[in-house]
Amino acid sequence: MILVGVDVGAKTIKTVVLQNGSIIAKGKTIAGFEAKENAEALFEQALKDAGISRNDVKHITATGSGRKEVVFATKSVTEVTAAAAGVNALHPEVRSIIDVGAEEGRSIRCDDKGKIIDYAVNEKCAAGAGAFTEAMARALEIPIEEFGSLSLKSTQEIPMNAQCAVFAESEVVSLLHAKTPLEDIARSVNDAIASRISSMVRKVGFEKEIALIGGVAYNIGFVDSLKKDLESDIIVPDDPEFIVAYGAALFGGK
Amino acid sequence: MAVPTYKTEPLQCWNKAKEIRINFYKDYANAHDNGGLRWAGGAWSFGAIPAGLGDDVFPLTGEPYAASIAFDKEFSLRCLEAVEKKGYARDLCSYMRNYWGSIILNEYAFGGKFPKPDFIWQDHICCSHAKWYQVASELEGGIPAYCIDVSVGPHQELTENRIDYVVGQMHDGIEWLEKISGRRYDDEKLIEAVYEECRATSVWAEICTLNKTVPAPLDEKSMYSLYVLGTLKKHSKEVADFYEELRDEIKYRVENQIAAVKHERCRLMSDTQPPWGFLKIFRYLEKFGAVSVGSLYTFGLIGMWEDKEDGTWGPRTTPQQKGITIDNRDQALRILAEWNLSKPEWQHFYSPHLKSDMMIRIAKEWKLDGIMLHYNRGCEGLTVGIAENRLALIEAGFPVMTFEGNMGDEREFDEARTAARMDSFMETLGFELITE
Repeated sequence: MILVGVDVGAKTIKTVVLQNGSIIAKGKTIAGFEAKENAEALFEQALKDAGISRNDVKHITATGSGRKEVVFATKSVTEVTAAAAGVNALHPEVRSIIDVGAEEGRSIRCDDKGKIIDYAVNEKCAAGAGAFTEAMARALEIPIEEFGSLSLKSTQEIPMNAQCAVFAESEVVSLLHAKTPLEDIARSVNDAIASRISSMVRKVGFEKEIALIGGVAYNIGFVDSLKKDLESDIIVPDDPEFIVAYGAALFGGK
Repeated sequence: MAVPTYKTEPLQCWNKAKEIRINFYKDYANAHDNGGLRWAGGAWSFGAIPAGLGDDVFPLTGEPYAASIAFDKEFSLRCLEAVEKKGYARDLCSYMRNYWGSIILNEYAFGGKFPKPDFIWQDHICCSHAKWYQVASELEGGIPAYCIDVSVGPHQELTENRIDYVVGQMHDGIEWLEKISGRRYDDEKLIEAVYEECRATSVWAEICTLNKTVPAPLDEKSMYSLYVLGTLKKHSKEVADFYEELRDEIKYRVENQIAAVKHERCRLMSDTQPPWGFLKIFRYLEKFGAVSVGSLYTFGLIGMWEDKEDGTWGPRTTPQQKGITIDNRDQALRILAEWNLSKPEWQHFYSPHLKSDMMIRIAKEWKLDGIMLHYNRGCEGLTVGIAENRLALIEAGFPVMTFEGNMGDEREFDEARTAARMDSFMETLGFELITE
C-alpha cells in the first residue's frame, strides 16, 4: 500500500511517500505565496522520485496550517495527531512530543499508542518558534545552519531580557555593540526560545521519553538548551522536519 | 462512528426575543420624548431600584450595549480606535472601550446620536466597572453618578453585617435618586421589580437546567440572544413573562426530543464571554456534531441557582415561591441584595477555586465531553484565574482546549487559527467533520 503525507507549514512544504510503511521518497520546498501549486509540484516530484504514479497511491493525507491548499488530498489530519502518529511509529516509548516549526510550536502528551492526552499550541508568539532564530541569525549575520553549533561554543550565559522577538533584535544589536562574543549571543537566543517552549511543555506536563521534531530540531544549540531547561534527555528522530508528513501518511492508512 | 440524527426546528419565540431587545434600545433612546428618564449602568447594577422612580425610566446597560457594538466589527473598530486616539490603553476592558468609543463618536449602535443618560446607577463589580462610568460621565461633560460597592466576599460567607453594608448604600441611593430626579420614590414599584427580577433570573436558570437533556434543546449561540434580555432589564415583567414562555417551549422541545444541533454527538461548554464578532465558531463546531450546551457565563451571569434536594444544581427558589410577601422598602432591598450577591458569576471574583467547583459541576451534570476555554483578553473579571480553572477541569477528567481572543476587540482574535485549534480538539475527542 502506498500512502503519501503532505505537510504544508508556514514556511515549507514537506512530503513523504510510504510503501508498506517504509519511506521510499520525500521532498521539501518553500510554501511561498503559491502553496497550492507548490504542494502539487512537490507531490509530483516525490512520485517521480519513488518511480510511481498517482494511481498507485491509496491515500494522500494533508496536514499543517496550510492543509486546505492540498486540494488533491483524499484525507486531512491536524498536525497534532500527525505528529503523535509519526513519533509513535518510530519511537513508541515517547510520551511527550515537542514540535517547533517556523511559526508555531506544539507540546503534546500521548499514551503508548500515540493517542493524545493533552496538548498546547503556540501560534501567537514568534519568540517561541523558528522565525525567532532566523531573525537573530540575520541580525548576527551568520548562516542559520551554523547558528546551533556556534552557540555550543559559548563560555558564558547572557540572559536575554526581551520577551518579544522584535525587541530581542534591538537587544542583540546592543550586545554586539558591547562586543559580546557571537557564540554567547547565539546561546542566549537558544536559551530564550527553549525557555518559552519549556513553559508551554510544562503547561501540559511532560513525562519521558521526550521527542523533539520540526525544523528547529536541527538547531543543536537549541536542543542543548532545551535539555538543560527540562533537565532531561531528548530524542531527536532522523529528519525531524518530516515527521509530521510521515505521521500524516500513516494516518491515511487507518 | 455512527452519526445520530435528531429532529430540529427553530424556536417559536425567537422573533419575540429580538423584538424585546430592539424595543429596549429604542425605549432608552426615546425616553425623553414623553418626559421619561434615562439611566446608564452595568447590567449587574441593582436595576430594580431606579424602577421605583416610575414606569417611564429606561436603562442602558453597558455590557450588552458594548457587545452589540462588538458584533458590528466595522463600528467596533471605529469606536476602539477613537478611544485609543484619546489616549486610553488597548488592554483595558473591551466592553468599556467600545462604550466610550460610542460616546466619543457620538453614534448610537441602534441609530442616531448617542443618547446621554440623565444619571448613572452603577455597582463596582470589578476594577473596570469602578472606572467605566466615571470616564463615561467625564466624556459626557458630567452626569450625576451613584455607585454601590458590592465587594463583600463570596455568598457562602455572607453575614448580616455584609448585607447591611450593601443595603445601607441602597437606601442612600434611593434618597439620591429622589434628589436628582425630583421624583417621589414608589416603594410598591420597587417591590414589584424585586419580585420580577427574582422570577426572571430563576426561570432563566430553569431554562438552562433543561439543557441537561440529551439532545440539548438549546445551543449556546442561540442562548446568547436569549439570556441577554436578563442583562437588559431583569427586573421587568416583560422579561420574566418571556422567560416563562421560553421555558414552556423548551420543555416542549425536551418532551419531543427536538435538538438544537441535528447531529449532536459531542457536548461541550465554553467559558467567559464569546468573541462577539465571531460567533460563527459555534456553527463551525456543529459541523462535527458538537454543541456547546452553555457555560457558567451563560448560566450564571443572570441565572440564580441553588442546590436542590437531589443534590443537583437547579433554579433558585424565589421569595414568592417560598410564600414570602415583601411589605416594605428595607425588606425589598435586603432580598434584592442577598439575591444578587448569590449570583454564580460573582463568586469567582474571590477565588478561582469557587469557579472551578461550579464549572466541574456543570461538566458533570450537563454530561459534557469537553470544555473550550476562551482566554478572553477583553475581560479581567471573568478570566481571572482561568488557567487555574483549566487545571482543575483536567484534574477532574475533562478534556480542555483553550483559545485566545477578545470579546470586544476583533483585532485580537485569529479566526483561522482558532478553527485549527478546534479541528485538533475535535480530532483528539474522536470526532471528524460530518459529511452530509
